[in-house]
Amino acid sequence: MSFFEIENLSLSFGGVKAVDDASFSMDEGEVFTIVGPNGAGKSTIFNMISSFYAPSHGAIRFKGADITAARADEIARIGIARTFQNIELFEHSTVLQNLLIGREIHNRVPVLRQLIFDPGMRRAELAHRRKVEDVIDFLELAHYRDERIANLPYGVRKKIELGRALCVEPELLLLDEPASGLNPEETEDMGFWIDDIKNDLGISVLMIEHDMSLVNEVSDRVIALNNGRVIASGSAQEVQNHPDVVAAYLGGAA
Amino acid sequence: MRVLFKTDYNQDIKFAKHGGYVFWYALLLVAVFLAPVALDTYWVNELTRVLIYALAGLGLMVVTGFTGQVSLGHAAFMAIGAYTHAFLLTQGVPFVFSLPIAALTSGIVGLMIAIPASRMTGLYLTIASLAFAIVVEDLIIHWESVTGGNRGMAVDPPALFGYEIYAAWEYYYIVLVLLIISIALVLNILRSPLGRAMLAIRDSEISAQSLGIRLARTKVLAFFLSAIITGLAGGLFAHFIQFLSPETFGILLSIQLLLMIVVGGLGTVHGAIFGAFLIGLLEASISILKDWLPPAIGTQPGLEPGLFGLILVLFIIFEPEGVYGRWVKLRTFLESFPFYRRNTFKRQRSYLKTERMR
Repeated sequence: MSFFEIENLSLSFGGVKAVDDASFSMDEGEVFTIVGPNGAGKSTIFNMISSFYAPSHGAIRFKGADITAARADEIARIGIARTFQNIELFEHSTVLQNLLIGREIHNRVPVLRQLIFDPGMRRAELAHRRKVEDVIDFLELAHYRDERIANLPYGVRKKIELGRALCVEPELLLLDEPASGLNPEETEDMGFWIDDIKNDLGISVLMIEHDMSLVNEVSDRVIALNNGRVIASGSAQEVQNHPDVVAAYLGGAA
Repeated sequence: MRVLFKTDYNQDIKFAKHGGYVFWYALLLVAVFLAPVALDTYWVNELTRVLIYALAGLGLMVVTGFTGQVSLGHAAFMAIGAYTHAFLLTQGVPFVFSLPIAALTSGIVGLMIAIPASRMTGLYLTIASLAFAIVVEDLIIHWESVTGGNRGMAVDPPALFGYEIYAAWEYYYIVLVLLIISIALVLNILRSPLGRAMLAIRDSEISAQSLGIRLARTKVLAFFLSAIITGLAGGLFAHFIQFLSPETFGILLSIQLLLMIVVGGLGTVHGAIFGAFLIGLLEASISILKDWLPPAIGTQPGLEPGLFGLILVLFIIFEPEGVYGRWVKLRTFLESFPFYRRNTFKRQRSYLKTERMR
């Protein structure tokens, strides 16, 4: 039984096969990267894992349990958190509030007690805040704690979205292009954090990324996707030099 | 400019963030509690009206301002609260029981509406809420045995433990205390997981879901709470106007409530209160204006809704953040004087939101 696997996953939008019979499996404690040209179906796979799309065929399994039919809001409870390619933060809230929303699945206090805000409720809130503060320390966000998202630059938002996913305390973290829009320095930082997430926090990472320097630096294993199909898998080097991958990016007789 | 040094997580949780809050809000409390002493009956009545509007607006704020579900049917919840309360009073149920039952009835109707409505978004939800309001209005007209239909229904004065309340100032205090309690409960929700989930849904449903927030449940709860608060306002309104008739709770009232929270400032508790004061003031000044204007204009039937509409449009164009947003800007200007930059509150979009899933 592998930690996380997708098996013969397919999804078509009308006549377009966005994902076509894709399978892979990853182990616990791994950083597993999906590369591939635009429109290869990478984000579509993520959206199927998040249950935003229902696959037309195939199965998604996490720790042996079939999660293909789970509701979108159950995925986080199962232990899978994610970030988005185009940053989906709550723009009118502060950084702290955004991170606190990441604690949603750990809330045990019934609504009536939230209304009254009794001492037990306050203790629960304080505990959440302590957890969030750990993430703020981890990602060095202390400086921005009380800023509204709308006032923050892109690179910082990327970090906050990562932080929000960490507040969920997931076992598996899905990162959709964590380095897109970041400058080389920020990308390097992102690499260090992904390493730390794997080694210090013990969270497995499934990542989509175009920036090959980051892919090379952090990935344990890589697969390449083209036209919804898995065309190569192995180490970052192996995948990069695979003739089908080269053909997929540069064109030619594949 | 005040800089807060945070040494304790409670500092973020408690209502009064610093001494300034304590001072100004204590002053405000003293002012509203002493108001009936200083004002004559006419103005105490006007103030009571404003407080009831504020309570109804607070209810609408929960669902529209915080959860982002625009409702054009909240007059119906006021109607349900008002009629239930008035009917229970005629059946001999005492005021202290009748009012909470009325609020809860409104809440339960809200719950029933929200279960199908939580599957709708945006404009469709607004249209559905409008339809709901029209159905409720028709129901009131036709259910004559309970509501008196178009003939209307007289409301007995409130009685607290056998003591009948006639004086304007006595009723003012009842409304004031209930409003303060409601505000406290809403503020509690806002600093709790439920409130954060509501704000999350307003800003991005997709990422709210990916964080484990149950969309339908949160929206239904928001509607429930909102309908309770607005229903409570309805029950209080019944005594205030003393005579209920279906057209009191028509579409105009729904629009007025929405106007209140938009003009006051969407997404803030302050907004509901500011909005209520503005609308109350506006109503008073329109009725004064009517005497001054030439009769050809002053007696036009569409004058009031027309002016309301105009003000709503102007606010949306020039100050979408409402009176409260304007106030925050003014305060920042004063605090940071002379270093205020004109673009402090300019939103910049440094990137495109493409491929957003709906």
